[in-house]
Amino acid sequence: MAEETKTAAPETSVATTEAPAARPEGGPSPRGPRPGGRPGGGPGGPREGGRKFFRRKKVCKFCVEKIDGINYKDVRLLSQFVAESGKIVPRRLTGVCTPHQRRLADAIKQARNIALLPFGGR
Amino acid sequence: MQRTYELMFIVRPDMAEEEQDKLISNLETQVGNAGGSVKSVERMGKRRLAYTVRRFDDGIYMLMVLEGEGAIVKEVERRLRVTEPVIKFITVRVDEEQKRLAKIKAIRDTKVRGKGTRAAEAAAVPAVTPEPAAAPGAESAPVSA
Repeated sequence: MAEETKTAAPETSVATTEAPAARPEGGPSPRGPRPGGRPGGGPGGPREGGRKFFRRKKVCKFCVEKIDGINYKDVRLLSQFVAESGKIVPRRLTGVCTPHQRRLADAIKQARNIALLPFGGR
Repeated sequence: MQRTYELMFIVRPDMAEEEQDKLISNLETQVGNAGGSVKSVERMGKRRLAYTVRRFDDGIYMLMVLEGEGAIVKEVERRLRVTEPVIKFITVRVDEEQKRLAKIKAIRDTKVRGKGTRAAEAAAVPAVTPEPAAAPGAESAPVSA
């Protein structure tokens, strides 16, 4: 049986390259950790998967500069945390700490409601 | 219970200056009659809107800070909804936020005073805040200069 499978495998194998025990992942790229953690800014990699790269010590801009009240009116400050498409940038990309991110998101939503920021762009 | 609200509204860009004044004074009288007070009205000028509102691409932004109870805001908003030139408005309650900011500022002021108080501030602050950090240096030197 085993020989049959082994000889049968190279004939029929087009996609499966490894031994029949291994199953290929969804695509060629991520082998270990799930791709959810990967796009965290390139080599500032996630904690899983044994990646030894250090996160770039991202600090929260509001904590450093001690900006207290995040107002919906200062569009310039808010637009730094908004993508081109108008979406709010997640805090793992911007390095903002959680309470500030929450207040920032509220301010952005208020600004969107008063047409200072768009809901969605390109 | 006086709460502070910020009411920002957008007026259509082709509204005349005196009509804007009329609108603002109407709102002010309405607020005054209802027992509140308008602290400030600021015109932020014509701005480009981020998206089209009622087929307008620009609008004149106005900001009104008022103090009063919640029912006043409800009335003002109802009136703004009916007013034809006003195309958008948002009311934000700001007294809690201001309280929080004031508290943070107060904490930060006392902290700064505690640190940098070697030379000057010990005379000004009449020992309201205990200054453990400055104990060795400043207790006696600039005591009442």
